[in-house]
Amino acid sequence: MTSSKPAPVVELDEVCKQFPDGTQALGGVTLHVSHGETVALVGESGSGKTTLLRSINRLVDPTSGQVRVQGNRVDAGDPIELRRHIGYVPQNGGLLPHWTVEDNVGLVPKLLGWKSDKRNARTRELLELVGLAPATYAARYPKTLSGGQRQRVALARALASDPELVLLDEPFGALDPLTRRGIHDEFLNWKSQLDKTLILVTHDMEEALRLSDRVAVLRTGKLEQVATTDELCSRPANEYVRGILGRHWVGA
Amino acid sequence: MTARHGTRPLPNVARENGERRAGIAPRGESHARILQAIVFTLFCITLADLSLLATAAHAEKLAVASKNFEENRLLAEMFARIIEDRTEHTVERNFDMAGTQLCFEALRTGAVDVYPEYTGTGLVSILGLPSATDPAQVLSTVRREFSRQWDLIWMAPLGFENSYEIGLRKDLVEEHSIRSISDLAPFAGEFRAALGAEFIGRPDGLPGLESTYGLKFGDVRSLQQNLKYEAAGQGEVDVIDVYTTDGHILKYGLVVLDDDRSFFPPYQAAALVRGETLRRLPEVGLALNELTDLINEDRMRSWNLRLQEEDVTVEVVAVDALNELGLITSADAPRSTSTKDRSVWSYMWEERGPLFQRVLEHLGMVGLSLLAAVALAVPLGLFLERQRGAAEWVIRAVGVLQTIPSIALLAFMIPALGVGAKPAVAALFLYALLPIVRNTFTGVRDADPEAVEAAWALGMTPAQVLQQVRLPLAMPFILAGVRTAAVINVGTATLAAFIGAGGLGEPIVTGLQLANNKIILSGAIPAALLALLVDGLLGVIEHWTQPKGLALDR
Ligand SMILES: Nc1ncnc2c1ncn2[C@@H]1O[C@H](COP(=O)(O)OP(=O)(O)OP(=O)(O)O)[C@@H](O)[C@H]1O
Ligand SMILES: [Mg+2]
Repeated sequence: MTSSKPAPVVELDEVCKQFPDGTQALGGVTLHVSHGETVALVGESGSGKTTLLRSINRLVDPTSGQVRVQGNRVDAGDPIELRRHIGYVPQNGGLLPHWTVEDNVGLVPKLLGWKSDKRNARTRELLELVGLAPATYAARYPKTLSGGQRQRVALARALASDPELVLLDEPFGALDPLTRRGIHDEFLNWKSQLDKTLILVTHDMEEALRLSDRVAVLRTGKLEQVATTDELCSRPANEYVRGILGRHWVGA
Repeated sequence: MTARHGTRPLPNVARENGERRAGIAPRGESHARILQAIVFTLFCITLADLSLLATAAHAEKLAVASKNFEENRLLAEMFARIIEDRTEHTVERNFDMAGTQLCFEALRTGAVDVYPEYTGTGLVSILGLPSATDPAQVLSTVRREFSRQWDLIWMAPLGFENSYEIGLRKDLVEEHSIRSISDLAPFAGEFRAALGAEFIGRPDGLPGLESTYGLKFGDVRSLQQNLKYEAAGQGEVDVIDVYTTDGHILKYGLVVLDDDRSFFPPYQAAALVRGETLRRLPEVGLALNELTDLINEDRMRSWNLRLQEEDVTVEVVAVDALNELGLITSADAPRSTSTKDRSVWSYMWEERGPLFQRVLEHLGMVGLSLLAAVALAVPLGLFLERQRGAAEWVIRAVGVLQTIPSIALLAFMIPALGVGAKPAVAALFLYALLPIVRNTFTGVRDADPEAVEAAWALGMTPAQVLQQVRLPLAMPFILAGVRTAAVINVGTATLAAFIGAGGLGEPIVTGLQLANNKIILSGAIPAALLALLVDGLLGVIEHWTQPKGLALDR
């Protein structure tokens, strides 16, 4: 249940998406995310998590329903402008291979026309934040980094223009369990420092429970349950949710 | 009206000799030098083509063409020299065009003004009429028909006939006592024939010969003129087609067989000229007319023999011939270039000046065509990436161009673009399109999808995604396409010599005519080195433009 405190940062109302080839990826999703909250989108492969995330920054345009960000309908404004003010961490990082770490992190500030001093200062600050010493890493190319380091750079890049909202699509999916656990702790640390609204896609229930305040369980384009982590564990809404929780506990 | 030009092609002879101005240096030449110097500094970005356009203001530039054998080239050179000597016009030489059809098309479409042709060829090959035996009648038929159909004028014959004839090895002549082609027919199945490519194809060549005499050779292969003689001399073939005026007949122990059924028409040699040129520049007709009836078979045979045996250039023999005929008294005969007793390398060293020009011409054609291809193909490839539906069809269509044989494509260009460098550049341009379009399209399409996705998601505009992400990531592919195209074109450009475009194909064609390996190599070696050089250079550029972050991929 959402409380009626401040206006939600993201509001999805009855969002449906049918792709031109007929695939029904989203079948009427309603989800509100408030300021400062971290919501995890959980579901099996093909359940529509990425599609849902992409409908927020208009990489996908819903067939019906409404998406609002900070109270404004996203389909009313310029999608380019919208995307520049929403942080995005794609699966596998999606760093530009021909750009240095520094340039990658400074991508959005550059698009926004920041002066280079300001951009450099910001880049350095962010690299420090994600634990990559600028002196060592700023001039390196993505190819020379480890998987974990690349995800850190991708995260720094998403935060560069200090957006209110950051979307993360399986940001740690490609990391080995050990690295992932380490980065989870750091993630919680960053989160507490930054005061952002985060929407995080994952198919790992443990990750969802550790990192988020609320979890939204998606199944073939529909939400099965949206609840705080405690509530989800203590009162799963149905057999399906119980099933994926069970699998998590058994796997753990 | 036009028939008048057919029967009386010559302009009024009453013009005064004083009007003739001798020895005016071709004006285009110094321009061309400067241009070619610029060309070299700019390397690939060449303007050699402009030298074609740099015509003098009053004096006109006439184009003289020739087919690709010695006699025709010599006659064309004589035409060119006498025009240059008697008029103020300059002459562009489009020699060594591959065969009658190319020359005729070039003349008909106005790409050239004059070339040496033979009446029998005009009758049978061009007009497609049945053969005839009376020379005067053949001449009047071709005059009438060429004038009526195309406004092309046969000048008065030069004085000799150069017929096709059939030569047989002397030992076989004696063994089977064969005197005529009819005698040959029963044995033909046992004989191996080596014939010129044109002879095999044209109606007054092999097909007609077979049906007239009811013969069928056991083995027919297409060989270049001089190679045929050598093959016959070494006993590798038995029968070859020869020309009346060919100097080699005796040397290689061949006997010319009697054409007892008069299959071959008379082939009187004459200048074939555009009527429009003659009306506009009557002095050209006057100049050419001076050659009328001066050249008999013996003279022609001896000049041909010189060309075949002495390793002299066509220019040398042409000047000597005109001297011999008393038409010019020139002291500045070009130096003779004998290749005897010299290595390829010393020959190439001595010829370095002309060869360097050839290299520049070659690079000019390749560079210009490549630049044009890049200018069209890269944007096209980018466009197709946005219009994926059209991509497959467009690339397939461009691919079809690639399958057209080079010589055919070059020939197709002539009606629209004339002869010389322009059609060659156009043909090379078409060949270069496919590798560049295809690599641009696939390179941009397949550029790291996750990086592209991230660029979108973070708010790059479509133009920014293209410029800053897709294009740099596709750059190595695009350059690989350019590199492929460049190397293909360096090779293909050697064929451009067949339509008179010059370049390193020129020595190759000339060398083939003279059966002179040194001359062939003097074109082939630089062409091969050039291909390696261009490949290496573009390889370096490809390496430079490789986005840094990708270098570890290798
Ligand atoms: N561009 C597209 N065109 C057609 N169908 C699509 C497209 N993108 C996604 N789909 C389909 O929509 C459904 C939801 O896809 P989505 O990528 O949102 O799933 P997901 O939950 O993110 O899966 P995963 O965990 O594997 O990333 C799938 O059936 C997918 O095949
Ligand atoms: Mg997904």
